[in-house]
Amino acid sequence: MHWSTIIYCGIVTYLTRFSMIFLLKKDILNEKTKKVLSFVPSAIFPAIIFPPIFLDSAGSIDIESNPKILASVFAIIIGYFTRSIIGTIFAGLISYWFLIFVYYQ
Amino acid sequence: MNDRLKTLSKGIIDVSPLMIPVVPFGIIYGVIGMELGLSAYMTFGMSIIVFGGASQIVLLQLFSGGASSLVTITSVGAVNSRHLLYGAVFSEYLSHLKLTWKIILSYVLIDQAFAVSNNYFKENRNDNYKHYHLLGAGFTCWTIWQISTILGIVLGSVVPDELGLSFTISLTFLALLINDFRKFKNVIVMLVSGIVATIGYNTVPFQAYIIVAAISALLVATLLTLINLKKK
Repeated sequence: MHWSTIIYCGIVTYLTRFSMIFLLKKDILNEKTKKVLSFVPSAIFPAIIFPPIFLDSAGSIDIESNPKILASVFAIIIGYFTRSIIGTIFAGLISYWFLIFVYYQ
Repeated sequence: MNDRLKTLSKGIIDVSPLMIPVVPFGIIYGVIGMELGLSAYMTFGMSIIVFGGASQIVLLQLFSGGASSLVTITSVGAVNSRHLLYGAVFSEYLSHLKLTWKIILSYVLIDQAFAVSNNYFKENRNDNYKHYHLLGAGFTCWTIWQISTILGIVLGSVVPDELGLSFTISLTFLALLINDFRKFKNVIVMLVSGIVATIGYNTVPFQAYIIVAAISALLVATLLTLINLKKK
């Protein structure tokens, strides 16, 4: 990792926050664009979430006896009902630890 | 001055409950940065320069996968495109401010600050100092994020690899989507993104799988939006 990469990423991040406030006098994005932009987290986060869960260290799909899948399902169920961010993270982590340290031992 | 201080502290108070999940997120980021072999300076420097949890984690994940700088920067740009929406919503309230204010406020316009200040702006359109709310909320997030990063850096040298803490990256992003699990269209978009990324991880060159997955999923989101508009 180079400092230059970090600095460029910082600039990109800053510009996405700054550009709209700076460029727009009034709200010029139409409803359709706003609706599509509201899907951005749903469109991007799973691309970060899925590969480390479903792929093993060699990069091939691992569905059988994969504690990460079970722990994620459990986290989703807890998240769905509690709507708690921190609850979701801990439910997933604790069930993952139970699976790798107790169940699969 | 009194009014400004009042609005500033309102911003700090409003955003405080949202800081509870930020602390473990920052710690996780610090721990993982150290586990991946970054120096403490780099891990902390990233929190100052980038100041965005999702961007920083993507940076780490792509770095550990050996992605090029160009792909890393583009992916971070994709992750950040949601900020365009925040800026567009806020321009209505902030367009009258001096450039210096816009420069400062843009730095702290993160998800949590957006959420609380947006509510405040909607209800206090006539408050002349309403931007102080965002200032208070934003710099509270900033301070908490830097402190928890440092905590993570310190813990990172003690936490053993066997705990599998890198799994918390997936869990953290999963948790950020919990409000969208109930929306059918969002779930479709999520599945498209996740499946394309998983297949693309080995097949898309240069580790550009996040970009390809995001574009595919946004295309599906656009289609779903258009279909919905036609019905109306």
